[in-house]
Amino acid sequence: MKIPTVAYLDPKGVLSRSCRTKIPDKVLLKGYRTMCLTRHNDERMITLQRQGTISFAMSSKGEECCAVASAAALKSVDWMYPQYREAGIAFWRGMSVEGYVNHMFCNRNDIIKGRQMPNHFGSRALNIVTVSSPIGTKIPHAAGSAYAMKVKKEKSVVICYFGEGASSEGDFHVGLTFAAVRKAPVIFFCRNNGYAISTPTTSQFGSEGVAPEGIGHGIKTFRVDGNDFFAVYETVQKAREECVKGKGPVLIEAMTYRLGAHSTSDDPSRYRDDKECRKWEKKCPILRLRTYLEKKQLWDEKKEEKLQKSIKKEVDAAIAAAKEVPPPTLDSLIEDVYFEPTPRLREQLHELKRFFPGDE
Amino acid sequence: MPEMTIIQALNHTLHEEFARDDKLISFGEDAGAFGGVFRVTEGLQEKFGEERVFDTPLAEQGIVGFAIGVAQNGLKPICEIQFADYIFPAYDQIVNEMAKMRYRTANQYSASVVVRTPAGGGIHGGHYHSQSPAAQFLHTPGLVVICVSGPYDAKGLLTAAIESNDPVIFFEPKRIYRSVKEEVPLERYTVPIGKADLARQGTDITLIGWGAQHHQNMEAAEELAQEGIDVEVLNLRTLNPLDEPAIIASVQKTGRCVIADEAPKTMSFSAEIAATLMEKCFLSLEAPVERCCGLDTPFPHTLEHEYLPDAYKVRQAIIDTMEY
Repeated sequence: MKIPTVAYLDPKGVLSRSCRTKIPDKVLLKGYRTMCLTRHNDERMITLQRQGTISFAMSSKGEECCAVASAAALKSVDWMYPQYREAGIAFWRGMSVEGYVNHMFCNRNDIIKGRQMPNHFGSRALNIVTVSSPIGTKIPHAAGSAYAMKVKKEKSVVICYFGEGASSEGDFHVGLTFAAVRKAPVIFFCRNNGYAISTPTTSQFGSEGVAPEGIGHGIKTFRVDGNDFFAVYETVQKAREECVKGKGPVLIEAMTYRLGAHSTSDDPSRYRDDKECRKWEKKCPILRLRTYLEKKQLWDEKKEEKLQKSIKKEVDAAIAAAKEVPPPTLDSLIEDVYFEPTPRLREQLHELKRFFPGDE
Repeated sequence: MPEMTIIQALNHTLHEEFARDDKLISFGEDAGAFGGVFRVTEGLQEKFGEERVFDTPLAEQGIVGFAIGVAQNGLKPICEIQFADYIFPAYDQIVNEMAKMRYRTANQYSASVVVRTPAGGGIHGGHYHSQSPAAQFLHTPGLVVICVSGPYDAKGLLTAAIESNDPVIFFEPKRIYRSVKEEVPLERYTVPIGKADLARQGTDITLIGWGAQHHQNMEAAEELAQEGIDVEVLNLRTLNPLDEPAIIASVQKTGRCVIADEAPKTMSFSAEIAATLMEKCFLSLEAPVERCCGLDTPFPHTLEHEYLPDAYKVRQAIIDTMEY
């Protein structure tokens, strides 16, 4: 089975005439800025980890378009179940850099109270469901969440992001089956970035990518160039329409490449050839959109300089602020385990406090 | 007040709660049109429609995972795992996601799902239709674990579980699904989560149990009363949160305690209760806390009655503890 790839914007920034979708200039410009912010912020977080300031960091390098263009195609009422390489969706929806960086520092102002490792963002206000480390567990959640929208007669959809490695998990298969049977308005967005930590796709599945799994589950399926803003935007928009019409779910396999390491604990030089990265750097989604914008007279060197300067300033300020914030309180240890702490939890906290006199 | 079995009480409760709150939805394997293999959800689909009550694909991991998403998005799912023995494909979803959702999102999202599942032996089901896996869920912070013993508590605790803001694993003792009958009020009521039932007052020794085992315990206590031993019987009903004040007050009064549980003895919940009594009641104890449990084997088929801690074995454990 050979599944065609939707692609409009080539690596030289030339948009194919076959692209019928018109993306407003302001959406393209916001998309470009959001991708640049994501890239810069990721780089800074990796540096902070190397300096020992934060414990861990993961980057979306090379895959920013998947998150940002898909977020741009959705509405703010739509729920998102990201993995850890979707920081772009949070920035697109308006999460402040300071809020994101506080989370990366896992400090007292971290929106999840320092409860998980960095890159596990989420925001109820933005309809972004907090990231969970296991890569596939959210897939059936997304199906159930979308089904709840359907039962409530809401005209919104759910998008669920994961990598190609997650398609081997049982959660992927049950998530697709339940969504298909219940006709849940959910878009399963798979970023096929070539690697699950060190494992290449050739060791991950025997199928021709992830797309055939969607077809096998009776789900409308698309494959797109994940580094092409136009292709991702159009396909997600189309998938959303299908879902709202009650014809969902939809699976999208976005072909991309993880230019960075899996995380700051990883060393890709041990398992992949640098030449492969060099090849994909030329297909960089940010560079590609920039070239297009320049051709359309929407962008130039001066604007670029100004943008990079303002991003750096914003991230600098966020880091400086986050460094001053203390760790979460001792009391927060027992909060949110249950709706109300149980008597046993209160007793255990009381015992613990003997060892930390003066702490809250 | 009508007399009901546990099945009837659960079914009646679901019908009442579904009529009261359109946020409730229920699903599981064969739990739609068929009403579940034990008929707990009988008539629900007919009355409330296929959108709210439906059959799922045969995948427990999917049932719980799907339920978590449904709960996150504002509905109240009550899902059925056909037998507790089949809950393990959903173990990761329960332990890593359902139990931790409120915590890991810092109260932004929760997964207050009710997972109903028949558990326990005594029905000639072999080890895939007889296990009592409560202990496996009692080591996971974030879960409420309930195990009922009768129709009255079944209604009151299922209603409380539906009202709860926490995820609940609701074990139903299938051995006594139809054999235990009680009067059940038709009006709505709850039995509080985390409160044990002092089923029989006594002065000589405390006997603790839950689920189907509670009835074996009551039988042993009544027999021993004839022999002059006055047994106090506690039915825990909720295993987590544990009603520590109730067990402590009882053991401080009697000075002796036997815990009976049909699950394998090693690492069973009886061990936690015994340890709690050591910490909190050491100076009141006149004898070591005795445990009367299942063997550390898979649940047997032919020899299940030899395996189970029945009233006869419980009676002997009490006599041994009294004579210590």
